[in-house]
Formats: sequence, C-alpha cells, structure tokens
Amino acid sequence: MSLIELSAAEQSRKLAAGEISSVELVQAYLDRIEKYDGSVGAFLRYDTGRAIAAAKEIDKRRAAGETLGPLAGIPVAVKDILAERGQRTSCASKMLEEFHAPYDATVIARLKATDAVLIGRTNMDEFAMGGSTENSAFQTTQNPWNLKCSPGGSSGGAAAAVAADFAPLSIGTDTGGSIRQPAGFCGIVGFKPTYGRVSRFGLVAFASSLDQVGPLARSVEDIALLYSVIAGHDPQDSTSLDKPIEFATPIDKPLEGLKIGVVAEHFAEGLDSEVESAVREAFATYESLGAKLVEVSLPHSKYAVATYYVIAPCEASSNLARYDGVHYGYRSDQAKLAAELAAERAALEEAGERGAAEDLDTPLVRMYRKSRSEAFGPEVKRRIMLGTYALSAGYYDAYYLKALQVRRLIRQDYDKAFAEVDVIAGPVTPTPPFELGSLVDDPLAMYLVDLYTVSANLTGIPALSLPCGASKSGLPIGLQLQAKPLAEETLLRAGHMYQSATDWHTRRPPL
Amino acid sequence: MSLTSDDVEKVALLARLMLSPDELESMTAEMQQIVGYVDQLAEVDTTGIEPMAHAVELRNVTKDDNVAPSLPRGEALANAPKHNEEGYLVPAVLGD
Amino acid sequence: MSKYTTIIGLEVHVQLATKSKLFCRCSTQFGAEPNTQTCPVCIGMPGSLPVMNEEALNLALQTAVALNCTIPPLTKWDRKQYYYPDLPKGYQISQYDMPMSEHGHLEISDSKDRFETKQIRILRAHLEEDAGKSVHDEVAGRADSVIDLNRTGTPLLEIVSEPDMRSALEARAYLDELKLLLTYIGVSDCNMQEGSLRVDANVNLHIDKGGEKIATPIVEIKNMNSFRAVERAIEYEAGRQYKVWQETGAKLGDSPKQTRGWDDAAGVTRGQRSKEESSDYRYFPDPDLVPVSFSDEQVDAAKASLGELPSTIRESLQSDHGLSAYDAEVLVNQGRTLIDYYQSAVKVAGDAKGVCNWVTQDVLRVLKESDAGIETFSITAASLGDFVAKQKSGELPTARGRDVFDAMLEKGLSAADAMHSLGIEEVDDSELESLCQSLLEANPRIVDDVKGGKQQAVGALIGQAKKQNPNADPSKVRQICLDLIAKM
Ligand SMILES: [Zn+2]
Repeated sequence: MSLIELSAAEQSRKLAAGEISSVELVQAYLDRIEKYDGSVGAFLRYDTGRAIAAAKEIDKRRAAGETLGPLAGIPVAVKDILAERGQRTSCASKMLEEFHAPYDATVIARLKATDAVLIGRTNMDEFAMGGSTENSAFQTTQNPWNLKCSPGGSSGGAAAAVAADFAPLSIGTDTGGSIRQPAGFCGIVGFKPTYGRVSRFGLVAFASSLDQVGPLARSVEDIALLYSVIAGHDPQDSTSLDKPIEFATPIDKPLEGLKIGVVAEHFAEGLDSEVESAVREAFATYESLGAKLVEVSLPHSKYAVATYYVIAPCEASSNLARYDGVHYGYRSDQAKLAAELAAERAALEEAGERGAAEDLDTPLVRMYRKSRSEAFGPEVKRRIMLGTYALSAGYYDAYYLKALQVRRLIRQDYDKAFAEVDVIAGPVTPTPPFELGSLVDDPLAMYLVDLYTVSANLTGIPALSLPCGASKSGLPIGLQLQAKPLAEETLLRAGHMYQSATDWHTRRPPL
Repeated sequence: MSLTSDDVEKVALLARLMLSPDELESMTAEMQQIVGYVDQLAEVDTTGIEPMAHAVELRNVTKDDNVAPSLPRGEALANAPKHNEEGYLVPAVLGD
Repeated sequence: MSKYTTIIGLEVHVQLATKSKLFCRCSTQFGAEPNTQTCPVCIGMPGSLPVMNEEALNLALQTAVALNCTIPPLTKWDRKQYYYPDLPKGYQISQYDMPMSEHGHLEISDSKDRFETKQIRILRAHLEEDAGKSVHDEVAGRADSVIDLNRTGTPLLEIVSEPDMRSALEARAYLDELKLLLTYIGVSDCNMQEGSLRVDANVNLHIDKGGEKIATPIVEIKNMNSFRAVERAIEYEAGRQYKVWQETGAKLGDSPKQTRGWDDAAGVTRGQRSKEESSDYRYFPDPDLVPVSFSDEQVDAAKASLGELPSTIRESLQSDHGLSAYDAEVLVNQGRTLIDYYQSAVKVAGDAKGVCNWVTQDVLRVLKESDAGIETFSITAASLGDFVAKQKSGELPTARGRDVFDAMLEKGLSAADAMHSLGIEEVDDSELESLCQSLLEANPRIVDDVKGGKQQAVGALIGQAKKQNPNADPSKVRQICLDLIAKM
C-alpha cells in the first residue's frame, strides 16, 4: 500500500513510529499534485519548496525527540479563504488577488501549532458563493471522477484535492453546503460542525451567521482527527462556543438503538432516482447496524432555499461592502476614471443636460463603483444586488425580517424532530454531479442544488456528508447526516460505523 | 413585486456597483426570477414568530479593556492600492 | 412676543474614556502618528471579527443611568451601511432599534434666570464605533485625500435629546450641563478640540400665523466646533429659516430633512449636497456580535458608582451650605475635584460661606492666572479650612487675611505658620487700650473733632495704631478710642 492510500490517522502513527518521514509523505503528495493537478485544478497555489522545508523541520524536531502535535508532518490543503500571515488570501477573487493577510486565522494558527504541513491553497467559488467552483476568477476545478463534471462548490478545490489524493486532509468552509456538497460530488467525507464550534476569526466572511469552517477527508476517522484540532473556543470570535469538544464515547461504539430520522419531505419531486436508491440503501445498512428508522417531518424545509437566498445575500452585501478599493484590494485605474467622468460630463453639458451632469458620480463614488464592478464576478455581484435590495428601505420586513422568522420555524421543525431521533439522514444533493457549464446561466437552478444542505446552516446544526453510492456513470453519490446542535459525537459515530460496514469511501477516482 | 431595471439601477448605486446596459438587462431578469422564487416566503404564517438572526443564542461576549500592540504602519498600509507611507490615498472626498 | 419659537434637539457624540477601542485592542490615545493605532479588526480587513469592550459598555451604562434613562433588558448591535473612505468596513457598528438606553432626562437651569428651569428629555443613548479621519488638501482641491484610521473604532456614545430646547441659550445650557455630568462621572474628557465631544443640532421653527401654528422644515446643522458655535449657528439658522419661510412659505414635510454645515468664520450655515440614496442605511443586526443583556445588579452597580451628580451637589450647596444659586453654580462648574476640595475645606472650617468666598474669589483667580488645576494647588483643602476657621474665630484679623493667604500660597505654609512668619498674633485688650490712650493724648484735635460730632475722624487713629502695632485689630481700635473719648 502506497503512503497516500493510508488514512491520515495511520500516517500519523507511522510518522510517530519513525517508519516514514514527513518529507517522504509530503513529497509523495507533491508528486501527485505535479502530475495530476494540471487536469484537476484543485490548487490555486502550492509551494513545493515551502512544503518540503516545513516537512524537513518537522522531521528534524521529531528526530531531536520533541513532542509534536497530532498532525505533525501531515499535509493539509486549505481553502483560499482563510487568512495566513504573509500569504496571499484571494478568495478566488480578482478583488483580493494581491491581498496578503498580516495575520493568521485561528484555524491556521491551530494547524501550525499542531505541526501540520500547509501544502497549498485550494480553489473555490469567488468568496465562497456558488456550488460548482466555476465562479473562481482564476481557474476551473474538474471533478476527479469525471473531468467534464463539476467538483461542486464552493469548496470544490478542497474536495477535489482529497479525492485526487493531493492531500489526506483539507479545510473547507460551509455557508449553505459548501463543504458537504463538493464532498458528496467528489466521493469523500465533508463535515460542517455546529455553528460556533470552529472559530471564524480569519475566515473571510460570506454570510457571517451561516459560515462555518470544517474538515474534508476520506474517512470519518480522519475527519474527527482534523476536527479535534481546529475546533474549540476562540475569544477573538464573539460567536465562538465555549463548550468542550472532547467526545465522551468512542466513534466506533455500535449503533444499537440509535434512532435515525427519515424525512418525508426529502423524497418529494426533483430527487434523482439514482440518488434516492443509494440513500435508501444506506438506510438499510443502518438498520443492519442496529439503528432504528423513524419517519420525521420538516414541514418548512421547502422554504429553506428561499430563506437562505434572502439571509445569505443580505449578510454578503454587507460583508463585501469593505471591498471598495481604499484600504486593500483592487482599485480601478484612477486616471482612466477621471478621464471617463470628464468625458461624460462634457457630453451631458453639450447635450444641455445640466441636471444629469450635476448628478454624475463624484470621482470617489465612481472609483468605488468601477473598482467593485471590475473586480467582482457575476455571481458575487448578483448576491450583493439581491442583498442590497432585500435590506433597502421598504423591503426589509418583507424579505429580511420574514426570512429570519421562517428561519426560526425551520429550526423549530428540527427541534421537534430531534426530540424523536438522534440523527436525520437523507441525500446531500438532489442529483449526482452535474457537468461543468450546465448551470452557469441559470442561477436559480444552481441555487436549488442547495435544497438539502442550507437548513443545517440556517439552524446552526452539525451535518456530515459521506459517500454512499455511485451513479450508473460512475459518479459519487452522498449521504447527509444531521444531528442536533453540539451532537458532533453522535454524528461522527454514525458516519464512522457506516464506513466500517461499507467501502464507498475507499474507492478512488481513475485519474 | 415587480422589479424594474430602474429599481435595479438604483440598487446598483446603493451597492456601489456599475452595470453595463447588457449587465443591467440580465441582472434585472435574474433578480426578477430569484425574487419571484423568494416571494413564496410570503405564504408562511409567521405571526408572533421571533426573528432568528443568529444560529446560536449567545449573550454578553466581551473582552477586557487592555491595549495590545497595533500593526506597524507599514504592514497596515501594505495592501493599500495607493498610499503615501502615512495614510491611504483616495480621490478627493470634498464635494461628496 | 416673538414672531416664532425655535425648536431645538441636539445629538451629542461623546468618546468614552476607554484605553482600547470598542471592538479591538488598539489604543484610543489621541495624537498618535497617522495609522499607527490600527489592526486587522479596525481596518476591517477580510476575516477580522469584532469583540466588544466591556469597559465601554460599563461607561455607557453609567452615563445612561446618570441621564435617568431606562435600561432595556436586551440590546443588540446593528450595522449602519454607507460608503465613506474613513469607514473601512463599509458599515458602522451601531445600535438601531434596540438601543442600550432610552427615555431619560437632564435638567437645565440658569442662575441668571434667563429661562425657567426645565427638563430636557433624552430620547436615547446608544453605543457605536467612531470613524477615521479624512484629511483634504483644501488648496489643491483635486488632489487625493489622505485617510487616517487611528480613530476608527473608538467607542462613542450618541446621546439624542428630544426637541425640547427653545433657544440657543437653552441649547448651550443643555450642553454645559451634559458636559459637566459626563466629566463628573468620568466617562469622557469631553475635549471638543480633540473631537471627544461633537454636537449636531436639529432646528426648526414654530411660527404663529394668525392663530395657526406652522412648522418649518427641520434642518440638521453640523460642523460646530465649540459650544459658542452651537449657539451662534442656532441663532443664525432660526433667522434664516424665518426669512426662507417668509419668502417661500415652505413647511415641514414639504422637503426631506436638510443638512447644513456651520461656517464659523463667515457665521453662516450652508447647504450640504446629499444624494437621495445616502439616507438608506440598510440597518440590520450585526451577525458577528451577540446581543447584550443587563442584569438589575449591573444597573444598580452603575447607579451606585456614580457618586454625587452636579445637580445634587448644586442643590445641597444651596440648602445645606446656604450658598447662593450663583455661587453654587460657580463651584459645581469647576468640576468634581474642586468640589471635593471645597467640601474638605468646609469640614475643617465649619464656615461654608467663608470657604466659598475664598475659593470663588482667590483660589479660582490664582488657578486661572497660573492656568493650573486644583490638584496642584499649593494650599491644601485642610489648610484653607484652618485658615478660614482662624478668621472666623477672630484669631486672624480679617484685614490680614489676604497677607496670610499669599504667604500660604507662596511658601506652602500652614495658616498658623504663615501668621507667625508675618508676626500676626492677637493683641491683648489692655495693651490695645494703653496704645489708644497714648494716641488720643498725642492727637487732641481728633478728640475735639469726635466730641464735636465727627465720629469718622477717629479713622486717622486706626492707621497710626496699625503703624505702631500691625496686629492691632482696626475695629477694636476704633471702638476703644470712641469709648475712651466718651469718658473724657
Ligand atoms: Zn484595532
């Protein structure tokens, strides 16, 4: 078995036992990146020299008998949305193409403190807005299972990197399914912890009340390993939970007596039949593991997408207001702007439209507008527009406030369901991975892909996506498990026990 | 509520975006479609339902009042598109 | 009767005296080099997050209870969104529909009775972060502006009054009283030059036209850099609005609220350009910050921490110390440390009026001349009290008071030492009688004059007595001489 086929947990054991070196391990992944990332496009940036130097340093410290962190010497890929001191943090946007963060995100600091090797920065939808990674300003990421298909998004690079064995572990972010959906599309595991479990400090905000950082890996065991490193209270994030993250029961405790909720509303129209049968097969597996299936209802789940596409754009429109070309980021050419304004003014004055000339943008306003319009991609603009509209005078109550109320109703549905069951199981997405380019011109259709994933963000609950089948054309299909707030332990146990009975997660794409 | 291209243009100014005529047309159509979809929220009875702005209900998270070092000015200004070593430079704000 | 009534409401922004900023740990110290007190949080860098400063909350709470405000059980943070280069996030973290305090009041009065004592209602007081500063190249005009973010994120308390003031004088009194209160409870230094206190005024007129009351459009006046400027701007604006009304008849509601800037040199307000959309702030709850709740214990503790407020002290100086309204005001206006000084001195002297006279006339004059504060004054409160006590008992002749005070001031002496150094001691009555006897014998003309009914002639003897014995009490000399002449 080659090094890259081992789980991160096994790699860690071998590294600790001195059976392998970090340099060897990192080099093995770098070789694969060099060989295959040209066709996958998972990474926006990786630095071979820096990764090897870091690995050497770890090996040296280990040889010197130092006590190292649990991820010592293991490569971790990071979505290009977490600030890392001195490094570029682009969010796959032209706006931040040249932005070098002067500080470390808490998650990055924790990874560094645990001696992980940060191997590279993965591609994503611009500012995490999208579900296909096609909204990256810089490159497209291909699904390692079929290069014509999307890896999902927005953490498409993070998921593709693990699926293609470019790294055993990667960090993604999930605002409406951005970890779980690409994990599902790429046949790996993706985990969105309870809101507040992982610090958002240094995570470039898309929608602050929904954003959560989480791990991606092949196995739930590795997910648990990475989660235990990045989770925990952070005083720099006011929404961080001050609750212990240690598990009371091991994740391999048998599932006897576990109650799994099956949601009637999940199996309505729009669900692909291949996805449905894979998910139902997973239900059967759970029964065989001793779990009990219980039907539950989430009556407001049909409003989740509408609710999400009000709240997320509202917060996004505000969070992205800071990108105005003043303190950092892209600025439109000032001389060109001035000339353009002068020409417009002259034309209006010549046409005798003095009023219109008076109303022309000031140079500053024009600088803002041009900088933002030139540096943001279409999807980001769309969401800024939607959010600005929904928060503007006269619409706030009908859209934003209403959405916050429906959000509470959705949460109440879940609270009721979790009074009956321990875990809710269902599909991650309505369909298997779609082809690149097939949805880019239909934003609403793209939004509807998020049908099953947005509720976990709206309600703050933890959710896990794991591979549970394949379509006839060989594309991965994902199973989503959700649990009540802070029940990460139950969720990871349910995921791990499923993986101990199935082999979907061990399958690798034919690159 | 039907959204006109005039409305969209006003929103664009509010959002400090500038849309070309083509963009304005497609943006108007897309926003109409999405807003039309979102309008289904109106059918939900939310009488007496407390809005939920946060995913977790925390209260009173504070820090103490001790000063910590600030960024060196060079680092603070390093990412600025235009600066004069002392401050950020922007087109004159007078007359705005 | 005046042609109109001026209706004034004031919005006051005060910087709270915290060491660090409202949502980060940068220093709030005034006067640092530009952009040396900033960090990812207050620059609004991608990924940074705010965490609330507990001290800012405490100071805001103290102010709110001092202003008799109601403290709601829950308050939250909202984003006020607009674009300006000194506002790096594109929004200001503020409080919109659930401010941390509301419905308070502040009493204003005038010791010269130019208006009746009244309560100005406080609509609300809420916390928010300050913006940075834009420095414009006034001369070049077209050159770039320079942005300094040092001030960005400094905690501000915005105190909004109801439109309860009816003259520039009342507005001034409100500002004086508010500033006094804030400095008494120590929540702000209220230094207008450094921008730690800023005032905007909302002004309109109620015009009585043949029994019909007409309101003119409300104008918000900005850019007033002193309390005097506020008075002048309001006076100017009232006149301007009346003239505009006479010309156009424009009433409240005919046009949106206008903003005008005060030009102090020209003494006029000028209209400021504002785009229609600029007022759509799109407030919404800040998802990065969690709500704040105040317990009854916290509110009680804030009240208990205030100490005596200016209005209470003023009241007790009049009722318990028997001072005039004017004297009470003069003392209270000097600030808490002077009041402490005064009260300590009174305790020793047992003579409030006496201490008041010396403090308001001599101590304050010396402080003003040396441009110093009472903290560094060389006569301690106890010494001054002792000094006044000695005068009251007669141990120190009133006429020598100034000399002793000066000696205490210059040499840092106690009253007793100063008297000793000046050779002042009480003169024995019999000694005084023999002195007077010898003077009368030496001045028969004066004796005759007095006998002839010119009592005031005895005054010449007092001067001579003081020459022979500086400690001779003039009133005693006078009385003894008159008594002796009567017996002659
Ligand atoms: Zn700061």
